[in-house]
Amino acid sequence: MSTDLETPLPTKFDVSDFDPRARRARSIRRLLLGTIALVAVLGLPWWVYPPIAVDIAAWALFAISVDLLLGFVGALSFGHAAFWGVSAYSAGLIAQNFGLPFPVAIVGGAIAAMIIAVPIGYLAVRRSGIYFAMVTLAFAQMIWFVANQWKDVTGGENGLQGVPKSFFGIELIETEAFYFYYVVVILIVAGAWLAWRIVNSPFGRVLVAIRDNSARTRALGYDVEKYKLIAFVLSAGIAGVAGGVFAISHGFVSLQELDWTTSGKVVLMTVLGGMGTLWGGPVGAAVIVLLEDRLATSGFDGIGIITGSIFILCVLLFRRGIWGTAKNLIDRARAGYAKRRS
Amino acid sequence: MIEIHGLSANYGEARVLNDVSLEVHQGEVVTLVGRNGAGKTTMLRSIMGLHRDLSGSISFDGKPIEKWSPNARARAGIGWVPDDRGIYASLTVAENLTLPPVVHKDAWSMEQIHATFPRMRERRSSMGTQLSGGEQQMLAIARVLRMGSRLLLLDEPSEGLAPVIVQRIGEIIREIKAQGVAVLLVEQNVKFASTVADRHYLLSQGRVVEQLSNDDFKAREVELLEHLGM
Repeated sequence: MSTDLETPLPTKFDVSDFDPRARRARSIRRLLLGTIALVAVLGLPWWVYPPIAVDIAAWALFAISVDLLLGFVGALSFGHAAFWGVSAYSAGLIAQNFGLPFPVAIVGGAIAAMIIAVPIGYLAVRRSGIYFAMVTLAFAQMIWFVANQWKDVTGGENGLQGVPKSFFGIELIETEAFYFYYVVVILIVAGAWLAWRIVNSPFGRVLVAIRDNSARTRALGYDVEKYKLIAFVLSAGIAGVAGGVFAISHGFVSLQELDWTTSGKVVLMTVLGGMGTLWGGPVGAAVIVLLEDRLATSGFDGIGIITGSIFILCVLLFRRGIWGTAKNLIDRARAGYAKRRS
Repeated sequence: MIEIHGLSANYGEARVLNDVSLEVHQGEVVTLVGRNGAGKTTMLRSIMGLHRDLSGSISFDGKPIEKWSPNARARAGIGWVPDDRGIYASLTVAENLTLPPVVHKDAWSMEQIHATFPRMRERRSSMGTQLSGGEQQMLAIARVLRMGSRLLLLDEPSEGLAPVIVQRIGEIIREIKAQGVAVLLVEQNVKFASTVADRHYLLSQGRVVEQLSNDDFKAREVELLEHLGM
């Protein structure tokens, strides 16, 4: 039986492909969104404290990796801290022991996350819904336990201290978070681009089909488990890039990176920003990271109460999340405008 | 093309199919006729591999396939058109059509699809759920033909459609048959079944109670309608 992944190119048609005016409007829209995204990415360390900007970037990519599974495969991973954390430790250890430039350490961490994702994914993708969430959570807890016990390597509760930021001896980048940001943001954008490519590829269409109805997709000749596993491993790799960036940026890896609350936080960011949109995650990440930073510096320690309340309000009032709601409003306004004009 | 011997299927304790044997040859249209709950849909799901709790043998192209996964069966050339049509709501018509892999060299080309189903070209950029019931049915059939399925399992394609659309579906089934594709059709609409099929299996309480040629079937239409309670 042939089981290769050959897929005929599903052609995406759009009504606007045939209408020059609609096509122009669409390219203007894209240009506008692209410009906003570019300004946001480049301007972030000017507006916020640069180390916080790096945190936002890392969490943003982490949220994108979760959305890849949650929004496009319909699988809620409640153990994504495993990949973020494994990559954080691996990147930290690589940077510490081999003195390699940090982008290499981060890529190494992402590869480690993908390797660990293969057995976890192999078992988890056979289940769906709450069972999938529980299996991923269980594995993440196991990895947390191993990291806690394996003190010689991970430092146990003390964490991994003194992770260097070596970058070809360029001191400005190694010591100034502001310049460091512009190097790691390249990795973050590359990770986000990869997620976008996956979603907008024939492979991504099959993932959406699996989300819509997996039995049907199986009956149309696709090995559903294999597709889910590939998506899972890719998602873990993207989460790994994010975790590696976070570890290098802080120069320190703690057990917190593997904690289940980290898995919960990233799911919260994804849902808050709007799942199934890919760009909602970064919005959610920015909101949560900035909020935590403000609240922490103000000396208030009930951060969880505030983020939890925001989450509840969001789920009750804007089910599509921040990005999803905004997009919906814009679409409705456009439809109304088009109607009035015709 | 497909031969089924002594197939029994259960849902837990309940036996829904009992020692059923049937066969469909290349270029033949065969119906499974029976009341609600007679086991017709279970039969199709068993052939597709979606219903697992069963015994008996299923061979396709001479190969025993009862242990194969549903995706392996689809790639071997069995195309399932479920009663809910199975159109993906979040994909466009064109994406729905081109989603499955092409598994056979005799797969229908896009030109062939558009010639037989002109609506698919007109509505290619509509989302799957914006189609009418008849269009969804046609899309579901077109989709498995474009894959290159050589045995179509159609689950009540006439259900809930206007008479003129049902007629069009009938024409399409005859066209498919002329191309050498085999069709196993589950139907409750006896009139419609008699306009397209070569042979009929009468299913009652999980058993094949009778096998009829289309002529016999037409001759006994009134009696059959009574049996089906319609």
